[in-house]
Amino acid sequence: MDLRYTPQEQAFRAEVRQWMAAHVPPAPLPDFDSTREGFEAHREWERTLHKGGWGMVTWPTEYGGRGLDLIRWLIFEEEYYRAGAPGRLNQNGIFLLGPTLIEYGTPEQKARFLPAMAAGDQIWAQAWSEPGAGSDLAGVRATATRVKNAGGGDDYILSGHKIWSSRAVHADWAFGLFREPGSERHKGLSLILFPLNAPGVTVKPIQRLDGKPVFAELFLDDVRIPAANRLGDEGQGWAVCMSTAGFERGLMLRSPARFQVAAAKLVELWKERGSDPLLGAEVMQAWMDADAYALSIYATASRLMAGGAIGPETSTNKIFWSELDLGLHKTALSLLGAEAELTAGLPGAAAPVADWLDGYVFSLAGPIYAGANEIQRNIIAERMLGMPR
Amino acid sequence: MDFRLTDEQEMLASEVAKLLAATCTGADLRRLLESGEAIDRGRWGQILVMGLPGVMGPEEAGGAGLGAVEMALIATACGYAALPEPLVEHAGVAVPMLAAAGADLEKALFGSRIAVGHPVNPLVADADSAAALLLAVGDDVHLVQRAQVTLTRHDSIDPFRRLFAIDWSPTPGTRIGGAALWAQALDHGALFAAAQLLGLAQRAVDMSVVYTKDRVQFGKPIGSFQAVKHHLANAQVKIEFARPVILAAAASPGSVRVSHAKLAATAAADAATHAAVQVHGAMGFSWEGDLQFLLKRSLALGQAWGTPAFHRARVAGHILSAPLGADRTFDAPASEEGRREAA
Ligand SMILES: Cc1cc2nc3c(=O)[nH]c(=O)nc-3n(C[C@H](O)[C@H](O)[C@H](O)COP(=O)(O)OP(=O)(O)OC[C@H]3O[C@@H](n4cnc5c(N)ncnc54)[C@H](O)[C@@H]3O)c2cc1C
Repeated sequence: MDLRYTPQEQAFRAEVRQWMAAHVPPAPLPDFDSTREGFEAHREWERTLHKGGWGMVTWPTEYGGRGLDLIRWLIFEEEYYRAGAPGRLNQNGIFLLGPTLIEYGTPEQKARFLPAMAAGDQIWAQAWSEPGAGSDLAGVRATATRVKNAGGGDDYILSGHKIWSSRAVHADWAFGLFREPGSERHKGLSLILFPLNAPGVTVKPIQRLDGKPVFAELFLDDVRIPAANRLGDEGQGWAVCMSTAGFERGLMLRSPARFQVAAAKLVELWKERGSDPLLGAEVMQAWMDADAYALSIYATASRLMAGGAIGPETSTNKIFWSELDLGLHKTALSLLGAEAELTAGLPGAAAPVADWLDGYVFSLAGPIYAGANEIQRNIIAERMLGMPR
Repeated sequence: MDFRLTDEQEMLASEVAKLLAATCTGADLRRLLESGEAIDRGRWGQILVMGLPGVMGPEEAGGAGLGAVEMALIATACGYAALPEPLVEHAGVAVPMLAAAGADLEKALFGSRIAVGHPVNPLVADADSAAALLLAVGDDVHLVQRAQVTLTRHDSIDPFRRLFAIDWSPTPGTRIGGAALWAQALDHGALFAAAQLLGLAQRAVDMSVVYTKDRVQFGKPIGSFQAVKHHLANAQVKIEFARPVILAAAASPGSVRVSHAKLAATAAADAATHAAVQVHGAMGFSWEGDLQFLLKRSLALGQAWGTPAFHRARVAGHILSAPLGADRTFDAPASEEGRREAA
């Protein structure tokens, strides 16, 4: 155990810090969910990042990455959040689909999708959930029917109804879970990549509880997609999805830096407005939890770098970061008191006052998406502790 | 940067765990309790043979020259077994104090126990079986022979905690150090109490898993009920996020993370022992089960070596004054030398 950065790691941090200082937009971009302009402004930022070589530092260089290890990824993220850089528009692509493509993709698929993803040219949405398949994802009913095309090759005809697909309102592509007609549960599933502007795809925005259109319903009506867009073997979609889910819950989706920066801001808010000792205890808890999460992820990263595999700790992580995020934002609203409900703060208020409310609304969803926390508790009890099903 | 234990560290932890699994069962604890003795001679003998008192002793004095990480692993194993003998305070607090003060270590490394009367604790644990005591007069640390003090026992609900008020008067020549030594002792005491709490929390969950697989109600093992599963899963989450804090604190004992570790481990042990009592039903409330040993130890250690309020005040002091942020995870002094330099 050696909890010191090597000189090389420190030099890497300095390099990231310098680049961020020179490139991070001085004023926040308009948010990427509310308008097309906000979405495109974030796409531009993804392109800027990519030009600097920072699209996804852990990926192999031939796909637009830098081939760096997970400790350097953590350092990158720390500097990214420290600099207040814009949210990652393509997070479902780079953090979820990307690692799955690297594990399961054919060389052609990797060459076709990864560089465009790293460059921000293809922004991805995840199309797994359905009205009848939320926690019980193996209940998906949307189908992929294999047919011959005019050129003698194979296509899939996709049809069905997907829901809650984040950023699908403006995204370019989606990775969806479909089943062979007649198959049941975990069998017969395939993960298929499809453009959201393909004929037969209808995208209908869904507003979250404050009215922001953060996700969409997708209606697929005989959408024809080449079989070459299937990721992993036919019928192996469940295993492929679980690999994505492992990264989603356990490691990449929520890097510790995000919570450490939020906890530091919470401490500032406490300094300005704190008088209730009970809230002081909550502030300390939030700061300590962010620290504990960071340490735990460093431990996981070290283990993975030494050849370990990600295991059921993905479930403990998912519960911990989502509850930490919610607790942190609830505390912030309590500190803001009667001002907390104001969507733009009082006249002359600094922007961060309103940001806490937006962050709070978002944090409400953490215990639900990426596998609801009750499901994670079942997984911990059954797979980590070995309790009977 | 590498946040993994070495193979040697893993091996040490598993050897201590193995020894205690064999010699410190529930039946062993009850036998000791009935005998009224403070120490199980057979088990203590094996602990000495393994050289555990000298883990943190300098090599030139005959110790193993290992650090707080190794000691934290040992303390975790002691907590897991609810070990009655006061190995942790002796090896993890007293020996490093003597070493830092340049006192003679020979007896302490090979079996003569030293009890620690840190001002943060109102009473002194295991003073009766100690050969000598480290006691406070103001900021000063005095090393006093057992024969020089009079003890009054105060019963703890934990039958293996032997707590004493000490009556003594300092004599010239017993002073071995000052405030810095007590500060080091507090860090070690709190850190290794946290490690014990972590171990006993995991034991409470493990014991509960075994029980809930066996116990049948409504025609099924109670462990198949989701409400029961979620009690234990919640406790396990707290355990998972206390462990790395303890290890990181052990790697830099002078940092505020010691207080974080103590708070996180106390919360984990609290959650785990209470969940365990609940899922054991009336059996968890009875004298007959072994869970009581864990619950009582958790109650005691959670408040010893600084109460949660004490440690929260230290955390508050840090976050209100030190620069915070995502790049600050590892900027506490990385070693004891670093800590001394910083001081
Ligand atoms: C902000 C947000 C973004 C999302 N983005 C995407 C996306 O991009 N792509 C996508 O495909 N999906 C997305 N989702 C959907 C998300 O994956 C589902 O909401 C989630 O899987 C839960 O499904 P559900 O909403 O249908 O709830 P349900 O499954 O109906 O669950 C409702 C409640 O019942 C509990 N419950 C259900 N089953 C059990 C059980 N066996 N044991 C105990 N409790 C149980 C749940 O824990 C939950 O508390 C998103 C959701 C949110 C909120």
